[in-house]
Amino acid sequence: MISFSSFPATREYAEFSGPHHPYDPSDDVEMEIDEDYLDTNGSKLTYPGESLTSSQAYMRGHGTYVDNEEVIASVAGTIERVNKLVTVRAIRSRYNPEVGDLVVGRITEVQPRRWKVDANSRQDAVLMLSSVNLPGGVQRRKLESDELQMRNFFEEGDLLVAEVQAFFADGAMSLHTRSLRYGKLRNGQLVTVPPILVRRLKSHFIALPCGVDLILGLNGYIWVSKHVKEAEQEGEEGFDAEGVYSNINDNIDEITRTAISRVTNIVRILASHFIPLTDTLLIEAYDWTVDQEGGAKDLLSEDLSDALVTSLAFRV
Amino acid sequence: MGSRVEILNDGGYRSDGRRQFELRDITINLAQQGQADGSAVITHGLTQVLVSVFGPREAKMRSQTIHDRANINVEVNVAAFSTGERRKRSRGDKRILEIGSTIKSTFEPVVQTTLYPRSQIDVYITVLQQDGGLLQACINGTTLALTNAGIPMADFVCAVTGGVHSTSALLDLTTLEENDVPHVTVAMMPKTGKVALVTMETRLHVERFEEIFRLAGEAGKVLHKEMKKAVMGRTSTLVNAMGSRGSGVDRDGDEQMNEL
Repeated sequence: MISFSSFPATREYAEFSGPHHPYDPSDDVEMEIDEDYLDTNGSKLTYPGESLTSSQAYMRGHGTYVDNEEVIASVAGTIERVNKLVTVRAIRSRYNPEVGDLVVGRITEVQPRRWKVDANSRQDAVLMLSSVNLPGGVQRRKLESDELQMRNFFEEGDLLVAEVQAFFADGAMSLHTRSLRYGKLRNGQLVTVPPILVRRLKSHFIALPCGVDLILGLNGYIWVSKHVKEAEQEGEEGFDAEGVYSNINDNIDEITRTAISRVTNIVRILASHFIPLTDTLLIEAYDWTVDQEGGAKDLLSEDLSDALVTSLAFRV
Repeated sequence: MGSRVEILNDGGYRSDGRRQFELRDITINLAQQGQADGSAVITHGLTQVLVSVFGPREAKMRSQTIHDRANINVEVNVAAFSTGERRKRSRGDKRILEIGSTIKSTFEPVVQTTLYPRSQIDVYITVLQQDGGLLQACINGTTLALTNAGIPMADFVCAVTGGVHSTSALLDLTTLEENDVPHVTVAMMPKTGKVALVTMETRLHVERFEEIFRLAGEAGKVLHKEMKKAVMGRTSTLVNAMGSRGSGVDRDGDEQMNEL
């Protein structure tokens, strides 16, 4: 019989971050019982190579494959079933784009008539010159002269917010920024979280009462910035022609800077505890942290962040 | 015999007190490591390996893109402090490059690379401690890190080293045993029982091979159980954390109340 050499177990690791030891090789019987791995929500969990159903009765969706007339999971995650379609949603993965999604990205390359954008997806996204707005909102075809000054619009390393417009044949996504809400980002800070934690919301532009704006990109990139007044943003004729592609930050006062870092740290804490982000949750968390002693950076200490998460759990 | 260490003594025990077919204690840590998409730290006895997976992502070098599937890029790095005597190995070391390419060819048929054309999956392996079974730890760690990154795979890949001392088979060898005993590393896929890799650097008697091969296959299934348990544990904690706005964390709260 093959077994593990057993050392005395040091301590029980209950947290998910902790390592996993084989304690007692004779727990085979117990394994049989929790074989279904039903979690508290009643949804079933899978691991790669677990057979789910027969392929004759069901259709295979994402995260599964068919072998020997069996539908088999290929990722670790939760099973979702719609009528005859069985899909497995991976618990952690890169961003899977869908048309209409709002994403935050960073320019990685300037190519003829297009930019390459890193958007946390399996390939860099493409932003065509034809799908950006010209400064001043002029409506016309892009000319050769525009092609030559593409770096005046976006340069390598610039951050932008855009919408997924379409897909190419190989699955790469095409973005567009043809709205006044989209375009270059400034006056703020970027935080990255696992994409699964950003749910589809009514609006992904959130203005917190503390004078901080948030853009929750569905790709898990989150932009936290100084609040921009509606009037400045929406103005038609009066709107700043150069401002859209400006690289220079506005003046940000000390209070706003602190608020921005506070919000970023809250997002980091929630992400490290794997809690999905919503606007109400963020506002609650902000209110809670303001009541606490200490500055924005003290939030990242383990005690305080655990306390934050616990307080949120009780409030909802 | 004298001062020489016995590989298998008369009582049937090995130099570290194990029986013939006993595997070393394993620990698996699937916690997030830095910015990696998936990572795993696996320990087989005193051998410890950290694997970080990045991707699928845009290939950094255009020459490496494959138009109809993802490219798997494996880099192995052996820490200078990982062995008994401190030794800095250069990145171009042939043995290390070979481990990397072995792992790459083991995982290419298992990972469903065709789903990600023109992308690249980077696997960075850091060997933190070595005490035999380096390749086995690297393969098991890579399986776990890939699963953790949500990269679709046909099955787990579980690897075990086996060896023969005179006529008796041994499993999961330490460095001491590896130096003395002919050994073979077998990686298998537990669902189908298919073999993903068999590699041998020493000479082994052909009549002994079958027994070792069969034993290593069985040991792979035992390892699979442990790896599966770790993956499921990690998945269910993450799922609970996401849906916890009510049940999951409240339970923790109740426990605290009881303590008070």
